Amino acid sequence: MFEFLLRMGDTTLVLGHRVSEWCGHSPVLEEDIALANIALDMIGQTRMWLGLAGEVEGQGRDADALAFRRDAWDFRNLLLVERPNRDFGHTLMRQFLFDLWHHERLSDLCLSEDDRVAGIAAKCVKEADYHLERSKDLIIRLGDGSAESHQKMQAALEALWPYVGEMFSDDTLDSEMSEAGIAPLPSSQRPRFDKALNTTLALATLTRPENDFAQLGGRSGTHTEDLGHMLATMQFLQRAYPDARW
Amino acid sequence: MVTEAQIWAWLGEVPDPEIPVLSLVELGVIRQVDVGQGVLVKITPTYSGCPATSVIKLDIEAKLRENGVENPRLETQISPPWTTDWIKPEAHEKLRAYGIAPPIAGQPHCPLCNSSNTTLISPFGSTPCKSHYKCGDCLEPFDAFKCH
Ligand SMILES: [Zn+2]
Repeated sequence: MFEFLLRMGDTTLVLGHRVSEWCGHSPVLEEDIALANIALDMIGQTRMWLGLAGEVEGQGRDADALAFRRDAWDFRNLLLVERPNRDFGHTLMRQFLFDLWHHERLSDLCLSEDDRVAGIAAKCVKEADYHLERSKDLIIRLGDGSAESHQKMQAALEALWPYVGEMFSDDTLDSEMSEAGIAPLPSSQRPRFDKALNTTLALATLTRPENDFAQLGGRSGTHTEDLGHMLATMQFLQRAYPDARW
Repeated sequence: MVTEAQIWAWLGEVPDPEIPVLSLVELGVIRQVDVGQGVLVKITPTYSGCPATSVIKLDIEAKLRENGVENPRLETQISPPWTTDWIKPEAHEKLRAYGIAPPIAGQPHCPLCNSSNTTLISPFGSTPCKSHYKCGDCLEPFDAFKCH
């Protein structure tokens, strides 16, 4: 259960931090505000998931302790969300692929037999719905936009595609969670994801990559080098001045 | 001994930190007040990442202490999740007068001239609970409460 909650909370935490890196750097003011708001939602959701994780673990660690005092190999986030921002199109494509998965995942978790999980999911799914509407709209506009925006979106899709499979890969922990009625198998979401993805990609005139090779490991603690760099920034204050408060 | 009704009345005087024309009660974020064993107030966040949530807690605590309530307990309750349906109807008029289109299903009306000829500029506005629109008639840009 603790590990399952880390997978949810670490994924929103890492994406929240990545998106927040755009603050003050976006191409237009509206997008800057949108990205900052999305980052805030992600961090707020993280507080609930990691807060519950700390409670379940029962060793006195709260959400802050879990976020700021663990090393890269203790993180259980999806590899997709730790990918660097690169250009705006790349960031949007990462957000879109994530939102599509996240929305499905949370909709399923609303039916969890664990009331605490269902409660958090019900709160988060409303936000995820709103995020998905926005990212879908932008993917279509930029994919079916100028030659340059189209080319950038297609390149982003191809660069991020190897990280999509991990969202739907099952392992022993997933089987345990599924048997306990806490969370359905990630693989059970894939058909719905594919259907929604294909619809949006068609409208965006983007081509779905053919090779479904998937990079795995994030959910068991094997990360790309980029996560370590991100944590070095994100955790600096609490590492240098433990228990620092505003 | 303090009554629940008295607590509700005090909380009705605490303005929301981001939309000060509404009280926390009108915003619908106070879910429960209980005076059984000391004072307990249950609060629900509007958006999970809303930075105003901690300020709201601080303001509630300050208000209660100012009225002689010792050690009030504040708890966060996330379930059922907050919805704009909980914003009291009388609050809609206050929002409009303040320049914010109240949460209604469909196209928001301009808070200035009431025109429905409005366009979405950005799905995210100045706070997590609002989106940004502009009016096609009087040309005023305005924030609209997201219907949620
Ligand atoms: Zn107008």
